[in-house]
Amino acid sequence: MSSYRIQQRMDALSAIGRKALIPYIVAGDPTPSVTVPAMHAMVEAGADIIELGMPFSDPFADGPVNQRGAERAIAGGTTLRGVLDTVSEFRQNDQQTPVVLMGYLNPVIAMGETAFCEACGESGVDGLLIVDMPPEEEGSLVQEAKDRGLDLIYLAAPTTTDDRLATIGQATSGYLYYVSLKGITGSSKLDTSEVKERIEHIRQHVSVPICVGFGIRTAEDAAAISSTADGSIVGTVLVSQVESLTNDPAKIPEALQSILKPMREAMDASA
Amino acid sequence: MALTEQELRSLDYEPDTGGHFGDYGGRYVSETLMAALSELDQNYQKLKNDPDFQGEFDADLASFVGRPSPLYHAERWSKAIGGAQIYFKREDLNHTGAHKVNNTIGQALLAKYSGKPRVIAETGAGQHGVASATVAARLGLECVVYMGADDIERQSPNVYRMKLLGAEVVPVESGSRTLKDALNEAMRDWVTNVDDTFYIIGTVAGPAPYPQIVRDFNAVVGREVKWQSKELFGQYPDALVACVGGGSNAIGLFYPFLKDTEVAIYGVEAAGHGLSTRQHAAPLCSGRPGVLHGAKTYLMDNNDGQIAHTHSVSAGLDYPGVGPEHAYLKDIGRASYVGATDEEALHAFHEVSQVEGIIPALETAHALAYTKTLAATMRPDQTVVINMSGRGDKDIFTVAKLEGISLT
Repeated sequence: MSSYRIQQRMDALSAIGRKALIPYIVAGDPTPSVTVPAMHAMVEAGADIIELGMPFSDPFADGPVNQRGAERAIAGGTTLRGVLDTVSEFRQNDQQTPVVLMGYLNPVIAMGETAFCEACGESGVDGLLIVDMPPEEEGSLVQEAKDRGLDLIYLAAPTTTDDRLATIGQATSGYLYYVSLKGITGSSKLDTSEVKERIEHIRQHVSVPICVGFGIRTAEDAAAISSTADGSIVGTVLVSQVESLTNDPAKIPEALQSILKPMREAMDASA
Repeated sequence: MALTEQELRSLDYEPDTGGHFGDYGGRYVSETLMAALSELDQNYQKLKNDPDFQGEFDADLASFVGRPSPLYHAERWSKAIGGAQIYFKREDLNHTGAHKVNNTIGQALLAKYSGKPRVIAETGAGQHGVASATVAARLGLECVVYMGADDIERQSPNVYRMKLLGAEVVPVESGSRTLKDALNEAMRDWVTNVDDTFYIIGTVAGPAPYPQIVRDFNAVVGREVKWQSKELFGQYPDALVACVGGGSNAIGLFYPFLKDTEVAIYGVEAAGHGLSTRQHAAPLCSGRPGVLHGAKTYLMDNNDGQIAHTHSVSAGLDYPGVGPEHAYLKDIGRASYVGATDEEALHAFHEVSQVEGIIPALETAHALAYTKTLAATMRPDQTVVINMSGRGDKDIFTVAKLEGISLT
């Protein structure tokens, strides 16, 4: 049974006026052994929540960088069971930091919704973000997840209508993942003033915290986004860093820190 | 889950408002695509009953495609097999050489009526890419076609055709470098450029409303067969046969006959090196339900839910998923799905070329291979209509190479 770590963490951050820094990496990229040290290193660099990618062969909402990350992880032997084992191992030394699994539905169906949610509960997973499962298509996974105290995090996009925002607001728990631009993960154009306007609008429909991802690359981006949002989600720039170190994976944890630390500082300075 | 004949007759065979065919189909996509799909759905539901739109579609099918396509009695081949009378629905005679153009004309008109100046498409064998580039040229739309790098190699004549027609062909190097990866890439383009771009999906796969749209535009095939068969032999055929990759030519033939349960329906998947080998592209024959490219359907994956690399001698069938309506028709028992191997398809390719003077597409050759087996079990007063979905000009290089013959 999860202890609703996400809400506790968001509440605690809000109490001290700090915004959430949420890094994303693909579990098992490029090899399974690097992921747990990388997770601990990211927490040390100021990460408040970790999004861990469950690799899938056909991640059509992701950009090429994240797809290559998933391909490396699959080639390195990472299975969905392996992702869950990674979280268990992380939990041996960190019982505080919430972990959200992000991925696509088919591997979950292959394992079985019940077995998957049970395993999530046992390994210490706190939330699920299934990219290709909008509220309209939620099946048995939703109840299974709720029964085990797992938060279900949904996406909202710039194109999401007010009607759908209300539906998504009802469905999502933990936080809402606002996709800051039209496109795929790792796209380059980020208009922070437009994001600010949208977030103010979304808050009228949604009561949970709003974290923003897609397109945050620099410390300045992260600071600008978190001046309005409750958190900044950083993915592609980290996966890209992992990619550059596939031949020297021991350096990956430190390299991720070198990206996250300036983001943390810039976010805290602008808070 | 199979239904009784009476139940099968009483179904309306339409998806629900969420685009579900029974448990299958739907809209399993990222939120980033939702607005675009509902806009498309609204436009389509409005335009499908719009007389101007339908009039323009019908006029283009007549004067640009050359419809109706003939229903041809393959007398010599029927006699050689010694069973049922076999008829070919000659989609191979369409402009651009396959059934694909029925759908691309419809979708390009949707793009035009929706005010989108740019169209994108994914392609496997290249037939859908050529058909998209063709109608884009006809309507003055910018056209970008995504194609797996391996397929580009296998189908170089079609790549050149697309370029001649003014389209940009983008090679896709990710994943298995085939159709499924091209589809991923096209979806990425669409979600990024949705304001000015219309995505012309080439088959009845993908998120709702695409399976319904593509089916409706191809259903002209089955509607023509209905009156042509009455005219030629006084009744509906006893059986229909079509090859199934994504399944658009098949559903186009089958759909108008779904309530006519006296007509048996067979979809033929690519059994590659054999259904027991895993080197095939036959999700309905030996896959399981899952979610791929925005729809719940039968697909081929490994134990961990990763999508499998498929194999077929024909690029157009080399796809790990299948249209959700086929998944539904399989489960309720309205259609039967079988496989034909590379070898069986190649044999039929040669036989029909020599006996009937028609070189079929390798995709179509799979349907021909099964027709041979089926017709042999039937009486000479019975009839089988097979969708001759495409012509084989594009495949002569592949076939020659397999036989060790160099054409260059």
